[in-house]
Amino acid sequence: MMKNLFTIVFILIASTNSAFCDAISETRKQEILQILKHDCGSCHGMTLKGGLGPSLLPKDLKRMSEKQIVLTITLGRPGTPMPPWEPFFNNEETHWLAQQLLNGVTFSKTSLKPLNNASNNENNHQ
Amino acid sequence: MKNLLLFILLFSTLSVTCAATNNGSCEVRGTGDLGLIIERATGSAQIVNTSTNKSLFRVKGLGDLSHASVVYSRDARYAYVFGRDGGLSKIDILCGKLVKRILQGGNSIGGAISQDGQLIAVSNYEPGGVKIFSAKDLNLIADIPSSKINDKKNSKTVGLVDAPGQRFVFSLYDSGEIWMVNMQDTSKPVIRRFKKIGTQPYDGLITPDGRTYIAGLFGEDGMALLDLWHPEKGIKRIMDAYGRGEKKLPVYKMPHLEGWAVAGDRAFLPAVGHHEVLVVDNKSWKQQAHIKVYGQPVFAIARPDGRQIWVNFAFPHNDTIQVIDAESLKIIKTLKPGKGTLHMEFTPRGEAVWISVRDKDEVQIYDTETLQLKATLAVTKPSGIFFTSRAHKTGL
Repeated sequence: MMKNLFTIVFILIASTNSAFCDAISETRKQEILQILKHDCGSCHGMTLKGGLGPSLLPKDLKRMSEKQIVLTITLGRPGTPMPPWEPFFNNEETHWLAQQLLNGVTFSKTSLKPLNNASNNENNHQ
Repeated sequence: MKNLLLFILLFSTLSVTCAATNNGSCEVRGTGDLGLIIERATGSAQIVNTSTNKSLFRVKGLGDLSHASVVYSRDARYAYVFGRDGGLSKIDILCGKLVKRILQGGNSIGGAISQDGQLIAVSNYEPGGVKIFSAKDLNLIADIPSSKINDKKNSKTVGLVDAPGQRFVFSLYDSGEIWMVNMQDTSKPVIRRFKKIGTQPYDGLITPDGRTYIAGLFGEDGMALLDLWHPEKGIKRIMDAYGRGEKKLPVYKMPHLEGWAVAGDRAFLPAVGHHEVLVVDNKSWKQQAHIKVYGQPVFAIARPDGRQIWVNFAFPHNDTIQVIDAESLKIIKTLKPGKGTLHMEFTPRGEAVWISVRDKDEVQIYDTETLQLKATLAVTKPSGIFFTSRAHKTGL
């Protein structure tokens, strides 16, 4: 009985743990997409159609496998300006990002804030 | 007949009213204290007043502005915006109106206005090359494709600047060249090509006196210098220690050389890959010192009087600004404006600096004497800030 309980508890802990590790939280996903749009976008364009770096649109990535894309993101591309992003994404996040790129990313639209005039710093407690 | 007369009368009154309304929305004033802020994610821009710290207009419909730059007509009434999608937009900043917009290329990076203010040059990644337009109506005047790198593509062009003598100078990223185009005769551009200047020039700058053009190299250490007074002397390599070094450190955002900082006889340059600002003698171009900073610098810009250098940084350090005292070379202040601190612009005589903070959707205005935040302005995903004082500076 005791042994069984142990096993059950063990399985429960293990499964909770792995479920926890597998999932990239929605907040983190948004964070990664924000990095993709604005930071990757500084070379590849904010719409990912290319700039100093090549286009990352699905039609242009077709010749690459998910694995190749993951390798490029992780290690960068020696001889080009593409740096390694390993310090900023774990393996799972990199795979998720590669899948997003292959499937095509649609960024949520930014809505314009109303024009307002400068607020004096004394009056605004930021 | 009576009806027709009435109709004409009514119609003419109407049109007069419309015209009056239209005039009313324009400002009757000089533009010396105005500027434009790019809203990168929404294809729009705000026209701002740096005396009142207020926003005057928002202009929409400018296309993909993920990378954008601006030059001004010499009367400082019109701003020309170069967008990532190859768009070239002419904006009347007194009326807050888009005057004309053309799609001149597929993917562009920046532009310049000629010495006489008549020509606008745009630098394109795709198709690689430079196109030159009439500043008045944006009609095409010259198309200068860059060197072919294969059957389909021409070299990307970067670091385009204007130079005295109706010249434009730019670098070719893929083919490692610097080209100088003389537009004295607009029907016959004269191109002078300098080859083997180094690998992957990623940006260029011209000294404020318009004499020296320098290209930064990504593929190797050092920079390529061209003396425009003596182009016959060819390219000179300077600052052999400038670059990523043997370890080839990763770079998370290309440093910008435009708007580089000259203070007295020293120039301050963002290092490539290293967390350093380099100090060089701007006569001999020898490195004098290097200043350890918080991250990989993107812009190092001098306050107009040259006493302070303001530096921002690449991802993941792009929430910070550091201020360097140009005399002691010490960091005198570290500011934390917020994530996505992308660009800085000084007011014409430098009492204030405006800073874009992308992720906070605001522009922060700092007093450069007290180094304190004095005001904020709501701007949607702000990036480049461009004040009209650029209208009368070579290379800006």
